[in-house]
Amino acid sequence: MSADVIEAQAAAAPPARPHPLREFWTYFSANRGAVAGLVVIALVFLLALFADFIAPHSPYVTNNAVFLKPPFWQDGGSLSYPLGTDAIGRDILSRLLYGARLSLMIGVAVVALSIVVGVILGLIAGFFRGATEIVIMRAMDIVLTLPSLLLAIVIVAILGPGLMNAMLAVAIVVLPHYVRITRAAVIAETSKDYVTAARVTGAGTLRLMFKEVLPNCAAPLIVQATLGVSTAILDAAALGFLGLGAQPPAPEWGTMLADAREFVLRAWWVVTFPGVAILVTVLAFNLLGDGLRDALDPKLKR
Amino acid sequence: MLRFVLTRVSLVIPTFIGITLLAFFLIRLVPGDPIETMAGERGIDPARHEQLRKEFGFDKPLLSQYGVYITRVLHGDLGKSIVTRENVSTEFAALFPATIELAVCAILFALIIGLPAGILAAVKRNSIFDHGVMGVSLAGYSMPIFWWGLLLILLFSVQLGLTPVSGRIAVQYFIEPTTGFLLIDSLLAGDFDAFKSALSHLILPAIVLGTVPLAVIARMTRSAMLEVLGEDYIRTARAKGLAPIRVVAMHALRNALIPVVTVIGLQVGVLFTGAILTETIFSWPGVGKWLIEAISRRDYPVLQGGTLLIGVVVMSVNLLVDLLYGLINPRIRHH
Repeated sequence: MSADVIEAQAAAAPPARPHPLREFWTYFSANRGAVAGLVVIALVFLLALFADFIAPHSPYVTNNAVFLKPPFWQDGGSLSYPLGTDAIGRDILSRLLYGARLSLMIGVAVVALSIVVGVILGLIAGFFRGATEIVIMRAMDIVLTLPSLLLAIVIVAILGPGLMNAMLAVAIVVLPHYVRITRAAVIAETSKDYVTAARVTGAGTLRLMFKEVLPNCAAPLIVQATLGVSTAILDAAALGFLGLGAQPPAPEWGTMLADAREFVLRAWWVVTFPGVAILVTVLAFNLLGDGLRDALDPKLKR
Repeated sequence: MLRFVLTRVSLVIPTFIGITLLAFFLIRLVPGDPIETMAGERGIDPARHEQLRKEFGFDKPLLSQYGVYITRVLHGDLGKSIVTRENVSTEFAALFPATIELAVCAILFALIIGLPAGILAAVKRNSIFDHGVMGVSLAGYSMPIFWWGLLLILLFSVQLGLTPVSGRIAVQYFIEPTTGFLLIDSLLAGDFDAFKSALSHLILPAIVLGTVPLAVIARMTRSAMLEVLGEDYIRTARAKGLAPIRVVAMHALRNALIPVVTVIGLQVGVLFTGAILTETIFSWPGVGKWLIEAISRRDYPVLQGGTLLIGVVVMSVNLLVDLLYGLINPRIRHH
């Protein structure tokens, strides 16, 4: 989708301007935070991808001999369990590595679902206006009024706890952002000449929606999607922590923290590392999102 | 102005109906029969089942069920908890002050640190301090607060022994609830030891709950200040030789505060989301913990009534912020 936009812009741009991709990279790479975010995300992605080879142990296998073993630099720790073990002798590093898989999967799946549904609803609201628009936008207002976690909890209470239902709940909670962005962009775009031109040449509504207007709304959606991954990871972890998301023994970071709560007095490492993993990943996506917004938002360009 | 108020108030009605619909369908969407679900794994004998169906009105058509429900809600009847047999609204009213006390202290904490940090960051733009504030606030914004709470307990309660791990006040104190806010009630009773105990219980949860608003307020204050500091009238004020502090504090801050006040108002939803997690970690006896416990006990009337009440509270605060915003900023009124 983004490649289409960029090519379309390239075709229209006068030859003196640099290639849009190059221009984008110039702006983006000037933002050190955004580049750092990108590097961290790439790293987490690689760790998740190669967890089978990197992880020293299975994330599920328990070992009676090594309950609550501290990390290697503390007395009693050993390099075979670099970040220590949890209360039933599972290797924390291995669980974190496999947890990265889960968290990235959650973030991407939630955003994919909410962006597809949100864009379709936004396009419908923006193109058809009238009663359809009012119903859609009012429904989104209600979703926005309720505190996001409360709504997610209610949805999970209806559907039952579990990773799939938690992801669905988070996707519903973040839906209004995509609907609003798409609708606003559609309303702004449809008054422009190129849309009128396409309409005059006989393009149908569906073609107008997806081929003409949607590619031109891509920039704010890409930014929102990046920031959305961090929200999704954070909310899903919160649900896991409350016992409503991924269920044990899944190595989901929030669920790991829920298990670790009772050991806060005895074993700091069980509590500390999963949270660091969440914080670093969420922070990286937020940095990347901020950087993308600065680089893609033409209003901020000098 | 009256037209503005009426328009804004009337816009709330569909939202209110939507929230009641959500609360209404909550019990009916739970897979299986709601009464069997509430009865749990023990099961229920058919005669009692039929009796309960009648009692809850599940035997009537859906639309008339909703009619009965909304009439009751408008009369303030939100049903009874299945576990305690207490009115949901009574339980909510008893627990809500604890949540408000926590939330108010959290917002105060966020303001006391966030406002000056944001202002200074804007005045000293691109300095190390500015970058530091922005970095810290981005971290605060990305913080999984349920973990942040555990971390603070680990540091301040376990390692340093400075603060209690959970609860609202030490067990030996009993304070007659006058306002429901322990900090105020203990002072009214003249019991300073109880006040100290309540305060020491409150500090960590307030910091945890205030972290995300703090980050948002600092960022928002900074960007609002930067915008205002670039205006012509600020240059004029500087040019006529006013002291820099006076320019920032008197001229710039007043206008920069308008968007900041709005953002603070809109943090109510964020505060409730945070309160659910914070209260769970610190066993704080407020409405957030109450709702989470309702889920594990399958106490659906509590979940239903609590969701509705919190929705209405958030909606009302948002409306209030909206109206206040119109009051301070006449441009909003006429558009």
